Amino acid sequence: MKVVYKKPEVLKNVNFHFCPGCQHGLVHKIIAEAIDNFKIKDKTIAVIGVGCGVFLYDYFDVDSLEAPHGRGLAVATGVKRARPERIVFTYQGDGDLASIGLAETVHAANRGENVSVFFVNNTVYGMTGGQMAPTTLLGQITTTSPYGREFQRDGYPIRMSEMLATLEGVAFSARVALCTPKQLMEAKKAVKKAFQMQLEGLGFSFVEILSACPTNWNMQPLEAIKRVEEEMIPFFPLGIYKERRVSDVL
Amino acid sequence: MEKLFLRGSEALALGAIDASVKFYAGYPITPQNDIPEFLSRELPKVGGKFVQAESEVAAINMLLGASACGLRVMTSSSSPGISLMQEGISYLSGSELPAVIVNVMRWGPGLGGIGASQGDYHQATKGGGHGDYFVPVFAPYSAQEMYDLIIRAFDVADKYRTPTMLLVDVMISLMKEKVIRRFEKRSEVKIKSWAFGKVKEGEQKIIKSLYLKGNDLERHNWKLYEKYKVMCEKEVIYESYLCDDAEIVLIGFGMVARIGKSAIDIARERNVKAGLFRPISLVPFPEKELEAISKKCKKFLVVEMNTGQMVHDIQRVLGKDIDISFYGKPSSYAPTPEELFYKIKEQI
Ligand SMILES: Cc1ncc(C[n+]2csc(CCOP(=O)(O)OP(=O)(O)O)c2C)c(N)n1
Ligand code: SF4
Repeated sequence: MKVVYKKPEVLKNVNFHFCPGCQHGLVHKIIAEAIDNFKIKDKTIAVIGVGCGVFLYDYFDVDSLEAPHGRGLAVATGVKRARPERIVFTYQGDGDLASIGLAETVHAANRGENVSVFFVNNTVYGMTGGQMAPTTLLGQITTTSPYGREFQRDGYPIRMSEMLATLEGVAFSARVALCTPKQLMEAKKAVKKAFQMQLEGLGFSFVEILSACPTNWNMQPLEAIKRVEEEMIPFFPLGIYKERRVSDVL
Repeated sequence: MEKLFLRGSEALALGAIDASVKFYAGYPITPQNDIPEFLSRELPKVGGKFVQAESEVAAINMLLGASACGLRVMTSSSSPGISLMQEGISYLSGSELPAVIVNVMRWGPGLGGIGASQGDYHQATKGGGHGDYFVPVFAPYSAQEMYDLIIRAFDVADKYRTPTMLLVDVMISLMKEKVIRRFEKRSEVKIKSWAFGKVKEGEQKIIKSLYLKGNDLERHNWKLYEKYKVMCEKEVIYESYLCDDAEIVLIGFGMVARIGKSAIDIARERNVKAGLFRPISLVPFPEKELEAISKKCKKFLVVEMNTGQMVHDIQRVLGKDIDISFYGKPSSYAPTPEELFYKIKEQI
């Protein structure tokens, strides 16, 4: 029999705890495939933010460190400086990375810390029950924006990939989604690219993944995917915002 | 052994180098900038890493990352910066990660002032961060102790897998004195088997402070507490000066104790039977040792450069029957030896 599909080796044999239709699981799988691809399981250290992804160490068989909420990139800075020979990635939500941890994010990016960042943008604070995030879309109803997000009161959704791309320290910045097979292929490429950048020592690599949170959006899984396509992507356009090449740093 | 003439801050930074510190992260704040300045120059020479962080919040979390990799790590700051580090100190404790934090105290609350203060005793000893944990705290009173105690702080941090703190008076930090470099040829720090090595070795290592299952958190908190109980047995340090026949004992830590010692000398010259007791480890507090003195001496004068913080611990240890008076100086002007001598005289 020909093997046409198998579970990534770095993932353990346990079920994810995520809600039905949640895309965190898919993001985990893509990262796991990239780790397998580069055969860096034993070199990798995961720095895990506080959010629905906090149990990443239960699924990934890699050395793992839990960061305080928002501080992932300060923690990753310490890890990478201490162990430059290891491959370090952070896994962070939009509350974690773009709100409480924004200063750590921007400065780690600006220093060009040679780490990879996987940023799950689901437009809400998932773990705490669906409050407004810095990425919540205008008009979006959340538990703390019951009348919809209004720019005069709440400001605008923040576009991290574009913002970080302006910083010299950033080697790679891209936004991807997981709604169609084509998007999935692009997402896999971007995640691999992020690790490759780090392996080549090019600096900070950042992948923003638009992700469905059916539970806190009060939607069926398929409806939630449709929302990513119809509401999120128009505001958060997919694509590569920055890509440094080896020749750029020589 | 090399004999040097150093500022307290330099002695501390040199001690850190001799203790094999390999990672420093910090953010500028007066009056401790000479520590990062020294280490930014000296750390790269011994293969260490220096990072100027974007904030104290980031600095303490950089320590968390580097400590998880088994390096000896430290930061230094002053009061407002230490407030920002409290969340990180709580996480270091919860994750059982060693780190050394130096607080060269200045005035609060708020922006306060940059003068000499002991206003952070409570914050340091009672745990400024959330949760149930203890951070060993040492209070140096000379340049030599800046050197000696930072080395001890690293050793204790590793031994118990805990953050430790040096609570430093700005005068001790600025004063230049003789320092004997006792540990120049110190051997390398032991490999930490729990830390992330150069590659994953065998089982996956998980370093975290989240415990959600069953009684895990309760067990974890009791484990932290048990470590503290052992520290209480093994890590107490103090100095007792002329207390044996004393009718009154002055208690102070750090700079106050240094000035207090001169006050005791003045008193003795004038046949006043006064002694000095100084806790060097503020956590664990030298409770038994203080109690032992109170068997003979029934009068105590507690002096602090604040409105009264350590005095509450003294009252707790000695109880209501002992005569404890307090002299506080919540200002940048330290008491003089004569002033303390008169305070002693007033009490007897
Ligand atoms: C200092 C601090 N503030 C608040 C929290 C509570 N908290 C836990 S997770 C979270 C937000 C999670 O949202 P996000 O980062 O978007 O990740 P998601 O759960 O959506 O994947 C918050 C606010 C905390 N743990 N620590
Ligand atoms: S709350 Fe949302 S983000 Fe969290 S697991 Fe459920 S669906 Fe996923």
